[in-house]
Amino acid sequence: MTTVYRKSAGLQDRELHYCPGCSHGIVHKLVAECMEELGLVDTAILVCPVGCSVFAGNYFACDCIEAIHGRAPAVATAVKRTHPDQLVVTYQGDGDLASIGTAEIVHAAMRGEKFTTVFINNAIYGMTGGQMAPTTLLGQRATTAPMGRQKELHGSPIRMAELLSTMDGLAYAERVCVADIPHLNKAKKAIKKAFELQLAGAGFTFVEVLSACPTNWAMTPVEANKWLLENMAAYYPLGVIKEAQA
Amino acid sequence: MTVFLHFNRDRCKGCELCVSVCPKHILALDMASTNVKGYHPAGVTDPASCIACASCAKICPDSVISIEKE
Ligand SMILES: Cc1ncc(C[n+]2csc(CCOP(=O)(O)OP(=O)(O)O)c2C)c(N)n1
Ligand code: SF4
Ligand code: SF4
Ligand code: SF4
Ligand SMILES: [Mg+2]
Repeated sequence: MTTVYRKSAGLQDRELHYCPGCSHGIVHKLVAECMEELGLVDTAILVCPVGCSVFAGNYFACDCIEAIHGRAPAVATAVKRTHPDQLVVTYQGDGDLASIGTAEIVHAAMRGEKFTTVFINNAIYGMTGGQMAPTTLLGQRATTAPMGRQKELHGSPIRMAELLSTMDGLAYAERVCVADIPHLNKAKKAIKKAFELQLAGAGFTFVEVLSACPTNWAMTPVEANKWLLENMAAYYPLGVIKEAQA
Repeated sequence: MTVFLHFNRDRCKGCELCVSVCPKHILALDMASTNVKGYHPAGVTDPASCIACASCAKICPDSVISIEKE
């Protein structure tokens, strides 16, 4: 008997609190699998955000620290500088990273801090009930934009991978999604590559994952992934955004 | 090749992502039963047709599915 697929040892054997079909659970698995495949579960340090993934530390098997809202890059800066040989990762939502924590992520990238950020862009504040995020698409409805986001009123959605790629300190940025199997496979490769570049001391590494929040988008999980591919991926280009030459 | 699909039934949230990615269309929610969470859990309708591609297991956010073969 050979094992074709089993739950990664990078995750604890606990139930997730996420809604049915939420991308958070899928991305947790990819991060955990990459840690396990690189033999880093015992040494990696994950800095968790505020948002639906606030309990991520209850799920991963590596050491985890909870940061206050948006400040994971500041915490990770200290952790990585004092543990330079260990994998350090922040896991952050779009409200966390692109709204309240914009200063922290921009300055971490500017300084070229040698950790990896996994950015869960689900175009909404999930945890607090579906308020508009800086990443909410034009026309997309949110509880704070009941008529849909309007350019004149709210501006156009922020493309964080491109914005951070203007910083010399950023070594690698890729945008991925987990809405189907080919994209999921690419997402895992991107996360692993970011981890490997971090361990090689390349600089700041960033993986943006376009993610589904079926609950606040008011769609079934299958509809949400379809909507993501048709709408989010059209505005937020998938693929490598920047790869600095070593 | 015989494939063994294991479903950790009480962890399933009935999201149907596994159903949507199966290339052999052999997964479905069991509408006749509910698990401890109150969801109709996913299961396999035709195990003999499974090609062990692991698509279902990979996309399941809740790690419900594990796969072995011999
Ligand atoms: C200092 C502070 N301000 C506001 C909040 C309320 N709050 C909790 S989660 C959240 C937004 C989370 O959205 P996101 O980062 O996109 O995560 P998601 O839930 O979508 O994964 C906000 C505003 C807070 N907890 N702390
Ligand atoms: S509210 Fe959205 S992001 Fe939060 S767990 Fe539910 S589906 Fe996931
Ligand atoms: S392993 Fe592949 S063929 Fe078998 S049930 Fe899962 S998705 Fe379908
Ligand atoms: S993907 Fe997982 S949680 Fe969703 S229906 Fe299939 S087995 Fe259940
Ligand atoms: Mg969000």
